[in-house]
Amino acid sequence: MAKIELTRIPFIKNALKSRYPQLAVFIVMLIGYIFAILAGLIGTPVGSHNFSIVFVWIAWWAILILVAVPFFGRGWCAVCPIPLPGEWLQHGAVLSPPDKRPKWLNLRVPKMFRNIWLQNISYLLLALFSSVLLTTPNITGIVLAAMLFAAIGLSTVFERRAFCRYLCPVGGFIGLYSQTAPIELRIKDKQVCVTCEGKPCYNGSSAGYGCPWDVFPGGLTKNTYCGLCMECIRTCPHDNIAVNLRPFSADLAKPSTRMDEAFKAFIMLGSAIVYAGVLLGPWGMFKDAAYNVGSSAWFIYAIVFLAIIFVVLPGLFTLGILNTKNTLPLKQRFASLSTALIPLGLMFWVAFSLSFVLTNASYILAALSDPLGLGWNLFGTANAAWLPMLTSILAPAQTLALVVGLVWSARTAQKSANEAGTSSMPVVIYCFVATSLMLWLLL
Amino acid sequence: MRPTPNTDRPTSPNLMRFHFSLLLLVMAGLAVAFVPLPVPAITPQERTFEIDAHQFAYSPSELKVNTGDTITIQLVSADVVHGLYVYGYDISVEADPGQSATLTFVADKPGSFRFRCNITCGAMHPFMIGKLNVGSNSWLYRSIGLAALAVFGVTVSKKPKA
Repeated sequence: MAKIELTRIPFIKNALKSRYPQLAVFIVMLIGYIFAILAGLIGTPVGSHNFSIVFVWIAWWAILILVAVPFFGRGWCAVCPIPLPGEWLQHGAVLSPPDKRPKWLNLRVPKMFRNIWLQNISYLLLALFSSVLLTTPNITGIVLAAMLFAAIGLSTVFERRAFCRYLCPVGGFIGLYSQTAPIELRIKDKQVCVTCEGKPCYNGSSAGYGCPWDVFPGGLTKNTYCGLCMECIRTCPHDNIAVNLRPFSADLAKPSTRMDEAFKAFIMLGSAIVYAGVLLGPWGMFKDAAYNVGSSAWFIYAIVFLAIIFVVLPGLFTLGILNTKNTLPLKQRFASLSTALIPLGLMFWVAFSLSFVLTNASYILAALSDPLGLGWNLFGTANAAWLPMLTSILAPAQTLALVVGLVWSARTAQKSANEAGTSSMPVVIYCFVATSLMLWLLL
Repeated sequence: MRPTPNTDRPTSPNLMRFHFSLLLLVMAGLAVAFVPLPVPAITPQERTFEIDAHQFAYSPSELKVNTGDTITIQLVSADVVHGLYVYGYDISVEADPGQSATLTFVADKPGSFRFRCNITCGAMHPFMIGKLNVGSNSWLYRSIGLAALAVFGVTVSKKPKA
């Protein structure tokens, strides 16, 4: 399938080029975000009746993992409100043309942090506390507020969106999985970028800011670090930036060679498996261990969680590829072949989230009418009873998601193995075993 | 100048073979997913389970019965009010603290079903989950079969270059 340039459609191009539609969405999102913080802090402690839990971990999560990431890649980052206040502060403006003088320290992020290891760590920190985070409104409120203030703080110290690019726990996996999405932002003609003076897409101009994600669009080959903020569409003086519709997982044809990205794939795959077992399984002792933070059981849970992610899954993967005939160093083969785990991990999360979201979606109606759990009934739905939705199609839908993920990964493994000049069979078998385990946990 | 013929274009026998293989795989997949399996004839029995419910688990948390069995669940709540809602059967029961409540039904739908607390009972309430297996969990085996078939299909088939 050839690419289709969406920005050729005048309506889409104008909507992306103008700052106002995006600003309108940003403001709605920011209001919702701040309300979620307040609801978490002052609303009812009962999670299933509090806006912060229901709208963040059920509604937003469902939209993110079932729609936004698979179909729009970093589409969420394009409208995420977290970097906004910091960015306004950093620019000293909301919409007016940029002033070249830096308002704050405007430092470059040190080279040792210019990777996604910090995002891997921040994600894992939340993941280890997820049972409390997902169910306790004030913890959710505190974490949401901490993310907002961290983004503001980093904006005053470092240039551009340092929080989004290097620290956001959500942005790391959105970036990883955005490679599978059928949408991309790319340049139209490389030669135009080569000869372009001043590179306003990266350095900024009177038309707009330099890339907030610290990416030179002329060098973009993957979606991973492009936040789809559309700033380069506004600043490019040559109309050389396009948003394209493309085949799914086009970026995976060129496997990654970075260990931080390879481990991100294992972290996401492993945490989907652990959550399926702990949160959706019938084993009460695992839930107790995951919830009672600070207890000895929780420390054992944390050690097992980290061991699965950093030792068991990558260890078995390494054993599988150890004896494949190849001239590439093992580390490079490991990073390259782990690209196949990206679609598998995404579909593991889809299958996990289907169960979680469909059985809890009915809380949305009640929380809509009574978002703080204070006895309001704004839309007459405050007393809507909990009722699981579509449970009869849940198991077939999960099987479909997991089998599609397996086929997708096996195909990706074949391409990655071709690229690395090795056999794809160990990776395909690994994916099959992981899929069987996930099927056993979910069905 | 005469245009160079595109040698990458799939030849029609190759394409036909690919489509035929794909059709075979889809048919095999449908067979794995839906062909009825022989069910051993087991005389239905009456079974009673006492389930202890406490924050945030059931004990026992997994029940195994045969298709057609009449199940009686005595739910005993140890701490706060708990419920038990059986997915697929869409029936439920609630027990007050220290009290027991009874739910009786015929397990006439085979498969694996989650049951869950349907009365808000604390922070981890949405994850207070148990499992009811009626007969063998054939959908799991069928799903693993589908996964194996998918791997086989991907491994042996190479799509002709377009």
